[in-house]
Parts: sequence; structure tokens; C-alpha cells
Amino acid sequence: MKPIKFDPAVCVNCDTIDCLMKCQYISFTDISEAREEKLKINDGRDSRVLTQCLTCYACQEYCPFENNPFYLLVERQEEKGILPAPKPIVEEQLRMMAPRGRIAPQAVSGPVVDMCAFPMLTGCVRGKLFEGATTIVGTDIFCNIMWLHFAKNSIIRERVPLMIDNIMSFYLKNSDTNELVCFHDECYGTYTSVADAYGIEVPFKPIHQFDYYNQRLNVLKDSIKPINAKIVYQRPCSNRLSPQTDKVLDEIFAKIGAERVPRKHDRENALCCGGVPRAHQRDELADELVDKNINDMLSVGATYCVFNCPFCMATLGQEVAEKGLMPVLVSDLVQIALGE
Amino acid sequence: MTTDLITRLEKIVGPRFVSGEAEERYLYSMDQGTMPPAVPDAVVMPKNSDEVQQIVRLANELKVPVVPMGAGLVLSGLTRALKGGIILDMKRMNRIIVVNPISRYAVVEGGASQGMLKAYLKKHHPGLKHSMPDAPPIATLAGNVCIHGSGHLSVLGGSHSDMLTGMEVVLPSGEIIRTGACSVSPDWFGRSPLPDLSGLFLGWSGTTGIVTRLGIKLFPNYKHNDVLIFVSEDADLMPDMISKLTSTQVAEDMTPWMSPKPDWARGFLHINIAYGAHSKKELTFKRNLMQASVREYIDRKIAGFLPLPPPQKGRFLKIPSPDLARFADLRKGGGFEYVGAIMAIEHFPAAYRAGLAIAEKFNVGYSLGARIIGAGHSMMFFFAYAFNRADAEDVKRASEALEATNTAALKIGGIPWKAELPAQKQIIEKMDPNTFALMGRIRSVLDPNHIMNPGNWEK
Repeated sequence: MKPIKFDPAVCVNCDTIDCLMKCQYISFTDISEAREEKLKINDGRDSRVLTQCLTCYACQEYCPFENNPFYLLVERQEEKGILPAPKPIVEEQLRMMAPRGRIAPQAVSGPVVDMCAFPMLTGCVRGKLFEGATTIVGTDIFCNIMWLHFAKNSIIRERVPLMIDNIMSFYLKNSDTNELVCFHDECYGTYTSVADAYGIEVPFKPIHQFDYYNQRLNVLKDSIKPINAKIVYQRPCSNRLSPQTDKVLDEIFAKIGAERVPRKHDRENALCCGGVPRAHQRDELADELVDKNINDMLSVGATYCVFNCPFCMATLGQEVAEKGLMPVLVSDLVQIALGE
Repeated sequence: MTTDLITRLEKIVGPRFVSGEAEERYLYSMDQGTMPPAVPDAVVMPKNSDEVQQIVRLANELKVPVVPMGAGLVLSGLTRALKGGIILDMKRMNRIIVVNPISRYAVVEGGASQGMLKAYLKKHHPGLKHSMPDAPPIATLAGNVCIHGSGHLSVLGGSHSDMLTGMEVVLPSGEIIRTGACSVSPDWFGRSPLPDLSGLFLGWSGTTGIVTRLGIKLFPNYKHNDVLIFVSEDADLMPDMISKLTSTQVAEDMTPWMSPKPDWARGFLHINIAYGAHSKKELTFKRNLMQASVREYIDRKIAGFLPLPPPQKGRFLKIPSPDLARFADLRKGGGFEYVGAIMAIEHFPAAYRAGLAIAEKFNVGYSLGARIIGAGHSMMFFFAYAFNRADAEDVKRASEALEATNTAALKIGGIPWKAELPAQKQIIEKMDPNTFALMGRIRSVLDPNHIMNPGNWEK
């Protein structure tokens, strides 16, 4: 087993301990306490952070040295048998999302769009935006990043290489492309950030959905009818693994005439959608987060609430709709601007 | 005699609503369960209590058996004409007579269906609902009450017979009587404070009379509804978990389920908990109460609530639940039956293990589960087996599994629910002999000619 890519010396010499000091869910009296907790984690000692962590991935982004603080934390949780969620909840989901071995070779061409394990989303791949695209989907190509929320690095190590092998063997190997458009932000995070940190080889080139849309909008610029609307954006946990794509999203919004209204809980201060704390049996905290987040959204007078992550949308979509915001995925918003 | 019977029945209900034809008699000879067919001499569909009364008087005169039938969906063969005679199909008596929105009850005719009342309430009284069983919507209210059925409000209101507020019954002798408040008052609000005669017709499998009207309780139809699914892996903990969850008294329905399909569910024990509220705040409050009640197990990480985003909850909030129907078609061929045994909650682990052992022994597809009745006062534990009716071996296997299940349920301390003939005999074997003797004396008084669904509840 390859260890997580991590250098303890970086933390020893770190002046800010941003990974913990910027955490929105755990408070520290001062930087020295945060440093002490961080060193405990690094050394494999007990730390309250290991049990209190919401698993929002944000520390991955906060760390200025890309020293993989979150992946290490998950590693320590698993080593110590700290379960963020009850065992039957984890075990049952492990089975639900297990590879079924029902995958069959499929000829793919054009942009190959990875829909992860979510067949219900394949309808999103339509129109000019995805012209000529082929979709691939199923639990046999599930990105498996969700196990970061459940202290299961071992599953990531076990299943991600298998998924990569499936994507290559059944789809890309005999195709004319080596690129995989990740419709699911988490897939992109898996095949870039996670793969790099865990030492997993990725033989194809993952393309983030935002990069894909941005390029397509260049091609389709004459078809764009600016939507001229204010939007709020729900930034998902997985986007902490590819923060550079957030700037690409700004470019997309600019091209389609969507004004991403600044609000307290966007960008680095994005709040968890509440889905994972519910799995951790922390519903009251999840309720608080949802209220705080939606009130923040409502305070800026937007029309749309734009989601990157389908799970965030499933968790929050109904609630924001009831409050008067229209929930849409980024791809849907782009398609609206393309008159579709 | 049959020609005379048909002719005289035609005079009562008109020729369109009587049949002695082989096709109809075949269709009415069985239900979807494993019990062998028993062919009636005639099928009749009365329109009102007066016609029912005339039919019963005719049956007495001719000494012909009468088998009352609702939708015929009981699955345990209780509406088969074991000794021939008349199947009295109540489906034409399907009026919703009155709904009292303040005292929350409905009075319906004996053939009114679950689906009809649901649709009626939705249209005319959207703030009210009744407890739907997980049966097809054509199942009748009276039939389900008479078999002590249960449904989606059974944690709140007990079994459906507990929700009965009164009855109009045509006795085997032909007299029409009323039970409950409606025997004194114009209102059908309940069964107290009078001597409760309703029990003479509940659980008797149509051997004591024909229910032509009944009153049933209605409940608030909440604007906000939610479902929780509590998951664990240890059957021995289930009684305490159920007890703690029901102690909050906020759930409407609680249905544990254990199934080998889908694959991910095998070995896990789930409790679906449905609840509702007038406001979101109230809904959250109720959720918190239930979560707090089992916090001890959650903190020990040995059980927890499955995270379900709102779009995934719709399936679990459907009434009736489509899941059992889906399971019923597992083997194709249209065969499905289950043993539901009413028992105390503490017997959950033993019932679960018995079900697994029987399914393995007889190599049958199974689904095990329960519906909690009252605030954890008892449960209907079900052992469901799907089979292919076209495959005689499959039917035999399922039949043997059912018999073994009845034996196991009785051994555990449960009582087979809506028991088919062999199970009735098993129950009688275990029953206090004085109780059984009293049942016989009551029947003799009510039905001196022994015309009502003969063959049932007999040694």
C-alpha cells in the first residue's frame, strides 16, 4: 500500500496552520492549539479533530503547501477505527455502490462523458453543448471518492484502480480518444487530486466539466443568449480538490450573462450542503448549515441556485425551490443560455 | 337445486348480477394464494342491505352456504366456497355514505374499497386520510377490518379493527343489526360505552354475518410528510429499538423489513418510519424525538438512519407501498402468499431467524418484515414467499414453507393472521378449549343452519 503523499516537515514549519484555523466547523482557541492538534494527527495520536471533522474536504484547499491534510486525516480515522457514521450505514452503502461486474465493452466516440454511477443524470447530456457525446455510467465506473466521508481510504485504494481499469478496458482503449469528460466534479477530483496523493496511475486525461463547457461556449458563442440573471452558486466539497476550476466557472458565468452574486458562503467559505452530516447522524447540525446557507443565498436576491454536484442538488434542491430560488445544474444553466 | 337457486337469486338482484356459469364459478373458486380451488354453485352481487337480507333468507330456506367476499384478496383462501353454495360479492355496495370531518370518521358500505375512500377523501376532505393497507386499492375496507388488518396509520391507531367505530351487519338468520354508537345514536363515532358486539364479527372469517356498513376512524392528512430508515445488523436489538422509537408516539407507520434483494440489503435490518406534521418545524421536532430515542445505538455506531436525499424519499412515502407488489412478482406466474403472524414485539429475533431458516430449507425466495401495531404493543410479522403458480413444484414448496412458518409462528408465541384452513386447525389445536367451545356456541346461536362460510374455524 502506497502511503498518502505527505511531508510532516511542511506542517512543522507552517506558520498559519490554515488547514485547521480556517475550518468552519471546528473552533480552536488559538493557533498553538490548532498546531498541537495537527501534529497529533500527523503523528498518529488521538485528536478531537478526528472525531469532530465534518469531512468537508476544505482543508485540502486551505493548505497552501498542498500537503494533503484531509487525505491524511481520513487515513488516521481509518487506522484508529474512528467511524464518522454508524457501521451498518457505511457497510450498506459500500454494498450499494460496489462494482457489479456487469460492464460490457461499448464503442465510444466524440467527447466521452463520465456520468459516474448516476444513470438518472444521463439526460443532462444533450443538445449542442454535448453534440456527438457518448455517455458512460454505472457502479463499475463509480469514482468512489465518497468513502473519504466514511474513513474508508482502503476502499478508495481497492476500488479506484479497478474503476480506472474498467474505463480503459471497456471504453477508451479501443476508441479514438484518451480524454474523459467528468460530468461529476468528484470524478475529476478522484482522477487528479486523489490519484496523485494516493499514488494511483491514471492512463487517460480527465477533463473537468467546466473546462469542457468553457471550450464549447467558445465554439458556440454565436448561439449564446445571455440569461442576464443573478445566480448563487453552491460549491461542493469535491471542488476543494480542484480549486482552479472555480475560476473557469467564473468565465462560464461571464460568457452566459450570469452574475455570480458575492455572498458570505461561496468560494473558500462555501458551506457543506448538509448531506454528509446527515449520514454522520448529525441532522441538527445539517439543519443549521442548510438554514445558514439558504438564508445567505436569499440575502443577495438571486434567481437561480446553481449546483455543480448532483448530490448537493438532491439534498438542497427542494429546499431552495420552496424558498423561491430555481435549482439548476451548471450544465442546465449553460443550456438555458444556449436556448435549449 | 342450482337452477332453482340461480332463478331465485335473479329475482332478488336481477339477472345481470347472478351467475352460475362455469367461467365465473372458476374465477371465484380461488384467490392468489396457495389454497386449492373450491368451486361455488353461484355468484351474486347485491346492491343493498335489503338484497343481502333476502339472499341470506333464501340460503337459510335452501340450506345453501353463503361466503361473503370483498375483493377476494385475502390470499389465504378465506373466500372460497369450501362446501359449495353462494359467493356473495359485495363490490356493488360501494358507497361512501358520510364523512364526519370533526369527529373524524367515515361510514361506508360493505363493498367500498380502500382506493375509493382514498380518492373520495382527497377530493372532498383533503385534510383527512384513512389507514391504507399495503393491498391493491380494490381491497375493501370491510374485509380488511374484519380480518384485523393493519396499515399505514397502525402505529398511530392500532389495527384496522381498532379503528372500527360501528357496523351494520346482516346476521346469518337474516336480521339486520347495528353495533357501536350507531345502534343508539345517529352518529357512528365509536364502539363505547356499550357492550361491544363488534367482536362477534371481527376475525371470524365471515362465519358470523355479512357486514353491510361500517364506520372507520379518519386521521389528519398532514401537509408535510417524511420517512426515516433506521438500519442495524443485529436482530436481537430490534425489540428494544422498536420499543424506543415507538415510545416517542410520533410515527404513523413503522415497518421493519429484511430482504435478500436487492443484494445490498441482505443481512441488514431496516425499519421504515413514516411520520407527518402540519409544519416543517413540527416535522423536524418529531424527527429529533425519534432520533434521540435511539441515540444510544447511534453513538455506539451499531445502528443509524440511512441518509436519504429528498428525491429518494418519494418511493418510501407511496401508499400503498409498491415494494410488496414488486416482490410478489419475483418468480413471475402470479403466485404470492405470506404468513402474517401477530405477535409480541420481543419475539422479533426468533421470528426473523425462523423465517431465514425456513426460506433456506425450502429454497424459496423470501421477504421478511413486520408492521408495528399501536405504540409498540404488537406487530404483524410477515414471512412472504413468491412462487410461480404455473409451476406445481414451486407452489408445493411455497405451500410447505407456509405451513412450516405457521408452526414456527405458533411455537414462538405468535398467532397466524387471517389464517388459511390448515393454520386455523393449528390455532385451534393450541387454543384454550373453552374458548373454542364458546366460539362454537356463539356460531350455533347466530347461525343455526350453519350456512355462513362453513368449513372455517372447525375442527
